[in-house]
Amino acid sequence: MEKDGLKKVEAILIGGSAGSLDVILRMLPDLRRDLSLSIIIILHRSTTVDNTLVDLLSSRTSLMVKEAEEKEKILPGIIYIAPPDYHLLVENDRSFSLDFSEKILYSRPAIDVTFQTAADVYKSFLVAILLSGANADGSEGLVAVQNAGGITIVQDPADAEINYMPHQALLKLTPAHIMKKADLAGFINRLPF
Amino acid sequence: MIDYKVVQDEEVTVLLDDLLELYGYDFTNYSKASIKRRVNRLFSLDRFPSFAEFRYRIKNDPGYLRRFIEQITVPVTEMFRDPAFYRTLREEVLPILGTYPLIRIWHAGCATGEEVYSMAIMLKEANLLHKSLLYATDINPEVLERARKGIFPLSQMKHYSENYISSGGKNDFSSYYSANYDMAKFDTVLTGKMIFATHNLVSDRSFNEFQLILCRNVLIYFDKDLQARVFQLFDESLDNLGFLALGSKETLRFSAIASKFKQVSAKEKIWRKMA
Ligand SMILES: C[S@@+](CC[C@H](N)C(=O)[O-])C[C@H]1O[C@@H](n2cnc3c(N)ncnc32)[C@H](O)[C@@H]1O
Repeated sequence: MEKDGLKKVEAILIGGSAGSLDVILRMLPDLRRDLSLSIIIILHRSTTVDNTLVDLLSSRTSLMVKEAEEKEKILPGIIYIAPPDYHLLVENDRSFSLDFSEKILYSRPAIDVTFQTAADVYKSFLVAILLSGANADGSEGLVAVQNAGGITIVQDPADAEINYMPHQALLKLTPAHIMKKADLAGFINRLPF
Repeated sequence: MIDYKVVQDEEVTVLLDDLLELYGYDFTNYSKASIKRRVNRLFSLDRFPSFAEFRYRIKNDPGYLRRFIEQITVPVTEMFRDPAFYRTLREEVLPILGTYPLIRIWHAGCATGEEVYSMAIMLKEANLLHKSLLYATDINPEVLERARKGIFPLSQMKHYSENYISSGGKNDFSSYYSANYDMAKFDTVLTGKMIFATHNLVSDRSFNEFQLILCRNVLIYFDKDLQARVFQLFDESLDNLGFLALGSKETLRFSAIASKFKQVSAKEKIWRKMA
């Protein structure tokens, strides 16, 4: 299914902390309905809000939204959300596993963990997007995605509600794109899948 | 910065083969991504110059082998983690257990024991501790040593106390420990009912019959085959009408023993053996 000679993308990772939920809520309705790749979202959040996040995101898209479950096969056309208080890992056979190890940069789920393990598996067939946040999580993960040949995107710090997270990432790498929130859906819709 | 990609997949396999061959530890049915991350984490934390040296150290230094086992098996836990889970145990399971003359509970994969102390506190409050025995096992002897001491960082107590209260605890949480510098030592009345022993869920057999087995956040590290074997072991080790409690993201559903069990509450991962 290659388009324009471009290699297809299998998965999109989206990581963010404070100020990133709004970006995602705004982006979801504009995604094409036939998007045939997996989207994996890692948001820092308090452990108490649970299924409400799935419901909230579902209300904005016709794509299926669900919490990632351990050993679950990762399928195209589904938006997965990392469960609270576990790290979410991607296995070689393209399934999820969960891990209750130490928090990383005060975060569990840590964006770095999912980005790094996904980079290992999806290699260059991967897009990773890092959004607004007040924490340095995610930068190491973006570097891993870049080293594996994947496409990295950082929200434009000037466009982010809290620019610390994008800023930290830009200190560590030069991403393929620095993007405003308004442009995310259009970019994703044009990806070859 | 920790580099997670230095030790490659094939090298991880080499290490796991060494562990099995030399020490009988079988990690081959563990989820690969987690093992690989833990191995790489340790490799960078301990600043090994090469994989060869890392491997040599694991094969030849028993002290380091212990550290390796401890670090790759994720010895992380909390008291009253998931308060709603503990509330369900408190309100729906303990009253039933209270009808038995002797209550035997097995915490499989208890890490440093925070879960076992949480349970002992609830049993005490239900006036059942005197007739309970808490078997606490783990693959890793180091964590059991710490569990036996019942000494946890004082800095955690605020968080644990909040968890305790939301689990339905009515007492002053600090009445269960004495603070000493930056540590909290839990009441020996609690420890007195605990029996600690190493037990490897991969290779060791059933060793008793229990009315309640808790195995939380251990099965997430196992592949489906190993999970199935461990479920079998739990089934063999549970009394009829006994309870099995898993971590909040683990399930008995889809397993071969599922048909014998009934979930106790829709929200919590607690099942009761019905046949
Ligand atoms: C993340 S901790 C869970 C601790 C506690 N049950 C909880 O949920 O907070 C996982 C524990 O499982 C233990 N473990 C891993 N493999 C095991 C095995 N094969 N047999 C027994 N315990 C094992 C580890 O040593 C570690 O202490």
